Amino acid sequence: MNGFPWLSGLIFLPLAGAVALAGLPAAADRLHRRWATGVAAAEFLLSLPLWWRLVPWQPGWQFVEKHPWIPALGAQYYLGVDGISALLVLLTTLMTLVAIVGAFRAVGQRTREFYALMLALEAGMIGSFLALDLLLFYVFWEAMLIPMYLLIGVWGGPRRIYAAVKFFLYTMVGSVLMLVAILSLYFMYRGLTGIGTFELDAFYAMPIAPAAQVWLFLAFALAFAIKVPMFPFHTWLPDAHVEAPTAGSVILAAILLKMGTYGFVRYAIPLFPQASAQFTPWIVGLALVGILYGALVSMVQPDLKKLVAYSSVAHLGFCMLGLYAMNSQGFAGAMMQMLNHGISTGALFLLVGVVYERRHSRLIADFGGLWKPMPVYAAVFLAVMLSSVGLPGTNGFVGEFLVLLGAFRTQIWWAVAAAAGVIFSACYMLWMYQRVIFGPVTHEENEGLADLTLRERLVFAPLLILIFWIGFMPQPFLDRVTPALDRTLELSRQRAVAARLTSAGIGTPVPGVVTRVPAGGGR
Amino acid sequence: MSPLQAPALLTVDWWALGAVLALSAGAMLLLLLEFLPPKPDSSRSAVLALAALLVSGWAVTVARDARRSIFGGMFVHDGFTVFFTLLFCAIGAVAVLLSWDYVKRTRINQAEYYALLLAATLGMILMAASNDLITIFLGLELMSLSLYVLVGFRRSLLESNEAALKYFLLGAFASGFLLYGIALLYGATGTTNLAKMAEFLAGSPQRSNSLLVTGGLLLLAGFAFKVAAVPFHMWTPDAYEGAPTSVTAFMSAGAKAAGFAALLRVAARALGGVPAEWLPALGAVAVLTMTVGNVTALLQNNLKRMLAYSSIAHAGYVLVAVAAGGPDGFSAALFYLAVYSFMNLGAFGALTLLGRGLQERVLLADVAGLGFRQPLLGLALTVFMISLGGIPPTAGFMGKVYVFGTALKAGLLPLVIVGVLNSVISIFYYLRVTVALYMEEPQGEPTEVSWTAPARVAILLALAITLWFGVQAGWLLVQAQRSVLGLM
Repeated sequence: MNGFPWLSGLIFLPLAGAVALAGLPAAADRLHRRWATGVAAAEFLLSLPLWWRLVPWQPGWQFVEKHPWIPALGAQYYLGVDGISALLVLLTTLMTLVAIVGAFRAVGQRTREFYALMLALEAGMIGSFLALDLLLFYVFWEAMLIPMYLLIGVWGGPRRIYAAVKFFLYTMVGSVLMLVAILSLYFMYRGLTGIGTFELDAFYAMPIAPAAQVWLFLAFALAFAIKVPMFPFHTWLPDAHVEAPTAGSVILAAILLKMGTYGFVRYAIPLFPQASAQFTPWIVGLALVGILYGALVSMVQPDLKKLVAYSSVAHLGFCMLGLYAMNSQGFAGAMMQMLNHGISTGALFLLVGVVYERRHSRLIADFGGLWKPMPVYAAVFLAVMLSSVGLPGTNGFVGEFLVLLGAFRTQIWWAVAAAAGVIFSACYMLWMYQRVIFGPVTHEENEGLADLTLRERLVFAPLLILIFWIGFMPQPFLDRVTPALDRTLELSRQRAVAARLTSAGIGTPVPGVVTRVPAGGGR
Repeated sequence: MSPLQAPALLTVDWWALGAVLALSAGAMLLLLLEFLPPKPDSSRSAVLALAALLVSGWAVTVARDARRSIFGGMFVHDGFTVFFTLLFCAIGAVAVLLSWDYVKRTRINQAEYYALLLAATLGMILMAASNDLITIFLGLELMSLSLYVLVGFRRSLLESNEAALKYFLLGAFASGFLLYGIALLYGATGTTNLAKMAEFLAGSPQRSNSLLVTGGLLLLAGFAFKVAAVPFHMWTPDAYEGAPTSVTAFMSAGAKAAGFAALLRVAARALGGVPAEWLPALGAVAVLTMTVGNVTALLQNNLKRMLAYSSIAHAGYVLVAVAAGGPDGFSAALFYLAVYSFMNLGAFGALTLLGRGLQERVLLADVAGLGFRQPLLGLALTVFMISLGGIPPTAGFMGKVYVFGTALKAGLLPLVIVGVLNSVISIFYYLRVTVALYMEEPQGEPTEVSWTAPARVAILLALAITLWFGVQAGWLLVQAQRSVLGLM
């Protein structure tokens, strides 16, 4: 707002850092680590103003930057934030920093390329959260696949190539159809007004006939559902998570999956509310299946990383359930669940990475009694595990509770089914924790395992702080997101009405009928 | 423009012909100079060829905004001509840079090679600039004959011979199609001049005359052969594989763009846009071309063959734009052709560097692990693959957005869906290259890379263009749109 392009800075700082890193000599591992950490830390600091300079109840976008990009098409370089994207950007900058520091020991080969890709990935993720021009969003959305693909494929486990290619192709299938839908929206708008633009606000103001909404919604929803991932589209996730290096898994779980739910909040639901409502039974059904299926499959996993990966399917099912409860509590719960899953599951992957670095095994059966050699580790693991389960006092509880509340208000049995998922999640998490941490040390190799080092403690510290901060005092977070969420909800309702009018032939489809709602239901 | 005014005595604007003249002079000079044999590793011919191409490109920009019709309306100089002349000169120049060292190490006779390269470029320019079916045919034959020879240039090599023979036989067949189509069109309209043909058709109820429709479709088949569209693509993989790699790079970009240029010119000038009778045929050919090209490419282990099938698929994407028709569709085709030319030149260009001496290391396994040993080459090849796959932030993505966007606007949703799904299929084999580059270890003797300064310049140029038009496509878009304005 005040001249300095904060948001462009957020996108281009890591990109510049990555390019500069690529120019450093190949053999200077320590230098690469320091440089990457420095850039990620600077990026985190640069993103902090989003926390206190954002005015949550102010409608519309903030920190806006708008420049012509491809004038011949009407595409713009249009960035802005509201409460939703601001928190996700903060999550991104924090988790990237944590993942980079967490990878110090794990990545010993080709460190230069590794950290350069991590920083490039960060730029792509932040860009897709900030873009308000659909073409620009799409560019970031897809460009971000390349570094992630390489991270999995080059530094991953034994089946890394299969996992990387699968990850890429799955995401592409959904994305290209979304591109077609974006182009359709563009021509629809141009047909109505004669102005070619990819601006999100313009599409928000355009009523879309219900018949068109169905197809457009399906195209968008498929892209996002694969990313979330929702139940039948989730099969890329266990492969990608298990094969990716720890830092890759952390970013994948903490941020990339949020891209999908963010896509629903920002694009699929408010743009196509009518179709969205029409498909609610399907989406909620799949979300519930995801919650239960994810939990049940987690329970039988012998591999720690796979267990955490499947638990993601269940947690993201909660997000989707919250969104499709279509009320204030559900939305807020989904949003909190997005943040919580980012923090807790990110931390879980880091915890798995810690023992993997020491033992080169991720099998639950190879551990047991770790509390004895690694007491600090056991304590951290306990806190993170309980937050993932959703114990009151930790962040997980806030999100799940709000989601259940929202679901309960819409359909009681949704909440009942989802609550069963909460119980299952306690089962698999606690059982896993018991087998890994408690009991006698069953393997001799584990007796001499080193506890968390200072660096590792520093990595987990901010995550633990957030877990308890959100757990005990979620209000500052809710204050930031709820006004924006309520505005989105209100916008969806209005657009649904406008769509019904166009189909009934009452209203003329003139853009501008729907204006962005003022202040909304903020506090 | 003022100090360069054409002499009033002559009715011909020589500046408008400048590009053609420069290339002709360059080609002849190259051959003449062979009377003074250079040292075997001299770069004289390459320098001369590059100079001819640069002068040619410069000459056409001098008369950039002029509109001229020369030689009784057979040769026109307009925005379309300027666009394609510049494109062909750029393709030729990059090809010369790529050939610079390649022809030396594969011991190809330089003067003849570069003279033929210039002649082929000249043919391409004539195809784009002709306003008469006869001159289009002459340009096409000049290009084709030069390319037949270039493909078979490594005459001691069996594959090269086979490629040239196959290309020649099938090409002659296609020329026959084209000529027969021209004859039928002449029979239907009484002229070969495109403008007169348009005049004739405008006032007559002849539009669905069977002679005219058959003639038009035969013409389409002839051009489809040149752009390697299915089912006229059979020659492509063999010719591309057997040809010297630098020639493959040149023809995959240039010949395809020239074929499309002539097709667009004929459709726009003579038939007033893409005729409705063509739409089913064009749509079917586009779907087949994309699908067959991409699916077959999945099975290739030789990178030259794989890229050959990929270039077939890309002809399909351009056909989607052609089918969309109108100024939008045509400018999308121009945009895509320009973008495609550079990324494909870059991709084949990177392959010219693999191997030492006469050896050619272009199997997928040969690039295994190359990405970390040769970071710049790895990066370039990755970017070209990503761009060919249509993933941002590269020019290939912008090309696809523009092509599919215009097709969507023209109501060709099924074609667009087939197109985008095809681009997902294509990503699988483009990714295989990056998998080999970065995720696999070399088996056996690692591939040697012949980095030389000219090739480095060429690849960096293609890389810069591919990335630049990926993030800033506006300028090229405007140029493409302006170039078709005068055409419609």
